Amino acid sequence: MTRDDINAILIDELGRIAPETDASRVDPNAELREELDIDSMDFLNLVTALTERLAIDIPEIDYPSLATFNHAVDYLAQRLGIAE
Amino acid sequence: MGEFRMPSLGADMEAGTLVEWLKRPGDPVRRGDIVAVVETQKGAIEIDIFEDGVIERWLVEPGTTVPVGTPLALIAGAQPAVVAKVLEVPATPAAPAPAASPRVEPPPAAGRARASPAARRLASERGVALSGLSGSGPGGAILYADVERAAAGAASGPALTKRLDLKEMRRAIAAAMARSKREIPHYYLSTTIDLTRALAWLEAANATRSPAQRLLLAALLLKGVARALGEAPEFNGFFTAEGFQLGSGIHIGTAIAIRGGGLIAPAIRDADKLPLDELMARLRDLVTRARRGALRSSELSDPTITVTNLGERGVETVFGVIYPPQVALVGFGMPVERPWVVAGKIAARHVLTTTLAADHRASDGHRGALFLADIDRRLQSPEKL
Repeated sequence: MTRDDINAILIDELGRIAPETDASRVDPNAELREELDIDSMDFLNLVTALTERLAIDIPEIDYPSLATFNHAVDYLAQRLGIAE
Repeated sequence: MGEFRMPSLGADMEAGTLVEWLKRPGDPVRRGDIVAVVETQKGAIEIDIFEDGVIERWLVEPGTTVPVGTPLALIAGAQPAVVAKVLEVPATPAAPAPAASPRVEPPPAAGRARASPAARRLASERGVALSGLSGSGPGGAILYADVERAAAGAASGPALTKRLDLKEMRRAIAAAMARSKREIPHYYLSTTIDLTRALAWLEAANATRSPAQRLLLAALLLKGVARALGEAPEFNGFFTAEGFQLGSGIHIGTAIAIRGGGLIAPAIRDADKLPLDELMARLRDLVTRARRGALRSSELSDPTITVTNLGERGVETVFGVIYPPQVALVGFGMPVERPWVVAGKIAARHVLTTTLAADHRASDGHRGALFLADIDRRLQSPEKL
């Protein structure tokens, strides 16, 4: 898996959470919660989907690492052991 | 012989359009079965039945708009007239009653496909774009069979059609809230709850759970309200022409914001009796279905009180507007870290502003204060919720 794959997976899952918005156009450095108007339930659903799809654990204490699109990709790449 | 009637899905609903029958004459039905789909201001709603029996015959054809309370079907083997639950809504003497003639169904707005919930579910499962389908139902509505046919053909993109009509929803909210402000003598109370223990308990509980099993603070708050309502029945029920009527259970309407504007508050039934994990699972399911526009009629007509949680967007205090004919609304703001005095010393604590808007015809501020204090007390022992 590459960073591009993670990018695509994240866009896909964000699209499922907020189908009314275009996840591929999200500002990669903005807060996802505000960019896509997602709440704690949406966020929990996103984390659930990502852990199942990528077979990794995302502890609650790490949630702040997923605040923006770019940070989320960095975090997931690191959890999956993918180099920069 | 019983009658299955057009239910009232809120104080603002006068009529509904039957879109689709999901049971045929001769079909046995059980309490909770989804029998029909009705188009309302809140979108297409699945109507469930409240009695066991057998569908004797249909009285209304799909595509027909009928006033609330109109018999839609005859049910054999059921108690007369109690088959479909119809919420008693008092007349509104303060304002001239709007014309009761059924509305003419407007043509579907461009870009929004009309489809039954079953059809939408199937479409979303099979990745069929509803916008590309022509429906064989009333007014061109897309039915289950249409999607089945399309799914059997070429697989198309996973376009998810927006199924909630936000304009209609805004009108429904406007009608209900205007009536609330016109008729209900609200009183408001506020208290600040120290959430430190509840948040610590939640963090510890979630640390050992997979995301699918994790709890949100909202579940704890709902359970706290539900348990406290057991001791404060005058906040749980309806105010009708006969005066205050106790709810038949503690069914908490949970305000859910719809992206792009709009709000809906379907019920979590018997929230006081649900274990926390079960309550969380129900909440998760309800939020998902509310945003997809796939709620059931009983979920909209059942709430005996509403809880709103506006903390997500950073506000600290909610001044609630009661959803008639309910008599109370509990509002939670955002948990914030504040200097707080604990055992004579200043400490940093997470606190939550909790408010009550209540109907003065049904209760007084003294009882309201005890109710809020009881919610506080219960949230100090989250392990017991």
